[in-house]
Amino acid sequence: MSAPILSVRDLGKRFGSMVAARDITVSVPAHQTVGVIGSNGAGKTTFINMITGHLRPTRGTIDFEGRDITGLPSRRITAMGVSRSFQVPQIFPSLTVFENMCAAAAICRAPKNFLGHVRTPFRSRESVAEADTLLELFQIARYRDTLAVTLPQGVRKLLDIGMAVAGAPRLLLLDEPTSGISIEEKFNLMQVIMSALRHRKITVLFVEHDMEIVERFAQRVLAFYDGTVIADGTPAETLADARVQALISGPRARGASGAVVHV
Amino acid sequence: MAKQGRIAASSALLAAAAVAALVLPGWMISLATIAFANGLVVLGLIVLWRAGLVSFGQALYYCIGAYAVALVGRWTGMTDALVLALIGGGSAGLVAFGVGFLLARYREIFFAMLSLALSMILYGLLVKTESLGSTDGFSVIAPTFFGYAPHQQALLVALYWLVLAICAVAALLVGAYFRSVGGALAIPLRDNEIRVEFLGMSASRLIHTKLVISGLLGGMGGALAALAVGHVDPNMSYWTTSGEFVFITILAGAGSVVPAFVGSLAFESVRSFAFAMLPQLWQMLLGSVLLLTILFLPQGLGSLIMRPRWRRDAEAP
Repeated sequence: MSAPILSVRDLGKRFGSMVAARDITVSVPAHQTVGVIGSNGAGKTTFINMITGHLRPTRGTIDFEGRDITGLPSRRITAMGVSRSFQVPQIFPSLTVFENMCAAAAICRAPKNFLGHVRTPFRSRESVAEADTLLELFQIARYRDTLAVTLPQGVRKLLDIGMAVAGAPRLLLLDEPTSGISIEEKFNLMQVIMSALRHRKITVLFVEHDMEIVERFAQRVLAFYDGTVIADGTPAETLADARVQALISGPRARGASGAVVHV
Repeated sequence: MAKQGRIAASSALLAAAAVAALVLPGWMISLATIAFANGLVVLGLIVLWRAGLVSFGQALYYCIGAYAVALVGRWTGMTDALVLALIGGGSAGLVAFGVGFLLARYREIFFAMLSLALSMILYGLLVKTESLGSTDGFSVIAPTFFGYAPHQQALLVALYWLVLAICAVAALLVGAYFRSVGGALAIPLRDNEIRVEFLGMSASRLIHTKLVISGLLGGMGGALAALAVGHVDPNMSYWTTSGEFVFITILAGAGSVVPAFVGSLAFESVRSFAFAMLPQLWQMLLGSVLLLTILFLPQGLGSLIMRPRWRRDAEAP
């Protein structure tokens, strides 16, 4: 087994008296695809927000590639190789798809000091080439010159994830990549995302509500409940777990063909 | 290629502007000198504008640049116009760097009002400082140019040419900045700061850089205006001065670099003619021009010549 790329120990987060996350200890080996499940408010997004530096944990440590990244600002963590996508795609609506991708590629390649980003050209040959490669990889090249504000939701999702990949991350956290997508489109969308990420050899953690998708695409599943991990194993093991069925997947399984049913 | 066409057109414009000084009457040269000096300030405002930031306090840098020139001239006897302009720009840039630590944290109306407040603090200080002539201000020495000390019409032309040269260099540099990562990220910053941060770039640092650039340009504009007018007073820091720069920016449009100067020239001309023709109602005429610009040219005069790139791309199938 390879050394863990991400290692989280005893992670906890409180907001005042509210405990959003507690006692999370997880270690993820490189190139694994991990699904994260749990009902709303179970702490999945808090978990992702802590790893990406959006929230500072109140206790515990996060190591990425052996380096402690606990509490670093998000842009430092991003620069180290941890990227993320958002439940609501975070794109630049008044730019075209190509310009969005080009911006992402250029930002990731520019030196971060005061003068570095003034001296580096925006449309360098490298960033343009990377932008076009990513558009192909995520199969959105035919939207290249479309303004991002007019894109359908599925393309927005792909663009958002593609932009996160532009910085050549080793670890990518996807917050509900299929939310807001119709059931018919979900599988195709995940197929495109996952094959692109495999192609780039990126370790993935993705939050997902649809158990069929989790089973199909994850090699390992973490089940969150009440701020902590209650089950951790292969999809078959985790989804067979009695507490997971009682607390998370059970009610969902009764929903019509994977439609989101909140507990 | 479109780019070469643009360079050729800009060079032709510059050459025409330079040659025009040989035939135009003195008052027109003065008007154009002030207009182009103010154009530098507008260029700085455009740098911020593209990132969605409207500064109602550019007069702060304008005034600092002007007073720096006046004071350095008074204290050291330095008269070289280029050196003085650089000193004016440099001191305003330094101040922009300092206040940038505060301003870069604010957006939208808070940014606008805070920048306005800073310029009004300077105004208040200058009005109370009797050694600097309080509300009357004081006069600025006549500039020289690398040892050449012209008078009257020759002085006007020499200063005009210097201003033109500085504007051309500034336009080139700012154009290059717009193509750099830091400059091109203005629209992404306006659109979505979260994404910029999560791509690993500090939004406030990007904005801080823009503030320093706009401060430098503002100071340089103020310095040259002070040399052209031969006098500085606290009104250079008053909020109506800032308002004028915002007015010109709306008139010019933030799409590219050259319209800043064309817009500034148009503004000064309209104001002069309005003042001459309708001494009682000139503000009304200016107001109407602004209204018509917003109604019919929301992207400014610049959109008549070059439509903003993002618009053009949007219309491609």
